[in-house]
Amino acid sequence: MPDSLSQKPATELAALLRNGQTSAREIAQSCIERVNAVDGTIGAFLGFDAGDFLKQADEADARRATGKTLGPLDGIPVALKDNISAKDQPLTCASKMLKGYVSPYDATVTRKLREAGALVWGRLNMDEFAMGASTENSAFLKTHNPRDVTRSPGGSSGGSAAAVAAGLTPLALGTDTGGSIRQPAAWCGVVGMKPTYGRVSRYGIAAFASSLDQAGPLARTVADAALLLHAISGADPRDGTALANPVPDYANGLAGHRGKPWRVGVPHEFFATGLDPAVAAAIETVIAFYRSLGCEIKQVSLPATAHAVAAYYIIATAEASSNLARYDGIRYGHRSAAASDAVDIYALSRAEGFGDEVKRRIILGTYVLTSGYYDAYYVRAQKVRTLIRDDFLRVFNDVDFLLTPVSPTLPLKLGGEADNVLAQYLGDIYTIPVNLAGLPAISVPCGSTRGLPAAFQLIGKPLDEATLLAAAHSFEEAHSCTAHDPADAK
Amino acid sequence: MWANVPRMTSQTPGIDINHLAKLARIALSDEEKIRFAHELGGILSYFEQLKQVNVEGVAPSAHAFPVYDMLREDEAGPLLDTDALQRIAPAFRDAQVVVPRIVDDEG
Repeated sequence: MPDSLSQKPATELAALLRNGQTSAREIAQSCIERVNAVDGTIGAFLGFDAGDFLKQADEADARRATGKTLGPLDGIPVALKDNISAKDQPLTCASKMLKGYVSPYDATVTRKLREAGALVWGRLNMDEFAMGASTENSAFLKTHNPRDVTRSPGGSSGGSAAAVAAGLTPLALGTDTGGSIRQPAAWCGVVGMKPTYGRVSRYGIAAFASSLDQAGPLARTVADAALLLHAISGADPRDGTALANPVPDYANGLAGHRGKPWRVGVPHEFFATGLDPAVAAAIETVIAFYRSLGCEIKQVSLPATAHAVAAYYIIATAEASSNLARYDGIRYGHRSAAASDAVDIYALSRAEGFGDEVKRRIILGTYVLTSGYYDAYYVRAQKVRTLIRDDFLRVFNDVDFLLTPVSPTLPLKLGGEADNVLAQYLGDIYTIPVNLAGLPAISVPCGSTRGLPAAFQLIGKPLDEATLLAAAHSFEEAHSCTAHDPADAK
Repeated sequence: MWANVPRMTSQTPGIDINHLAKLARIALSDEEKIRFAHELGGILSYFEQLKQVNVEGVAPSAHAFPVYDMLREDEAGPLLDTDALQRIAPAFRDAQVVVPRIVDDEG
């Protein structure tokens, strides 16, 4: 059993709070102590405001003392990836471009967490503007995988996954444009979920690729992820793409679905060349588990997903080149001191403020949108996107969800793919199709291979997060890969 | 500033990195131009596979679940106050963001 409160799952902390066995202040203090003790080695946090954190904790304790508790997340810390706005707190997207920026308002997810009583704290490291899959593209800090500090935590939400895995915070939010919640969750051995596109409002979250971006939970248990997802989901007048569909009570729904004989699809395209045999072997054990529950395992085919990486890096960079045009050195963000006129100020501020990968993607996105190439690249990629989505929706006539790997490899050494851009992009091969199709998917730990965390991905029908959580919960109950197993910093 | 940059010939035909840098409004260094042009060439070769996909009659998707006609009443709401904007502006004076001159003096 973990000895510090910060290492316990949120559901357990909620019970301790309910029974008067601890206070929100004690929990917050435990998180701060744990960060001070181990985050020098991990590097998950870019920073945090201890005064504000403890003030929120005291307010939660005061609510509880007067019987005005706001729900199961009241008094529970939730740390934020550094691209999610929290009023009066810094937001840098781990970029020099936004060094010194302070959010003038709360993101909708932040507001919803506050309304649920959660203690919103910390700025978690990430790849600059969420572009990358190792968190090594941060302009400020290298994050280490708590399970093996010589390895990358994955990315772009590497700080979020590492913080949860190292027991620095029970819960964290990340964002996922092409796998940025699920892959770091897999590499750090925690649960991570990308909701259906539109399930969660994007208001107040720094935009990367607006048709793909989605915020979601990272947690140590499936039940914790369900609690957090419930708190942040729902329609938002400030985001026209946020869906108005009712939000189920995901956490209370877990038990009702226990061990249902689901129809599980296994797409053979996700087990092709390039998949580490150790990862494939881990997935085989998960398939065997669902078969043992009485689930029907069906081989399915998603032929268009073979082109998902190509389509994604056209669509995502095109959208990024447009979204990041706002960083012009005028109203906020870095302004070059060398600029002499109104044209210079734009080009020089961006040259100084953006890192390598961000520049690379803006240039690529600019290229595919250039007149003469627009139809050949951008429009064609959008058509392939339609084919990919149609493939998924077709197989969902026959299966309840899909079971696949999350990442083709186990966690890579820090610096492992530094020189090979295309190899980095291909690492997202199993997560990207899900974003293109707008589907929900969850990354769930399934033990360890060669001493490193292994994980599987469940991909669901639109807005069917409840089934994914229930199926993941069934696996988790039968194994002990996540609960009470926060990694100790080595 | 663009005129001083030597014109690079990358290995990939069709990539005018100077033009792209100008469109993207990023003052790339000479080293970056050579490197990005080379990397862009590699990535574009990978994209070539999309030409093999039969997309005849397929409609392009801008979103997985497009939502149309989100309407609401046009109601006035609170705006960010000047102090909040001043705090994040690189240069600010008299409740205004200071920018370089963009129009020449008359005459």
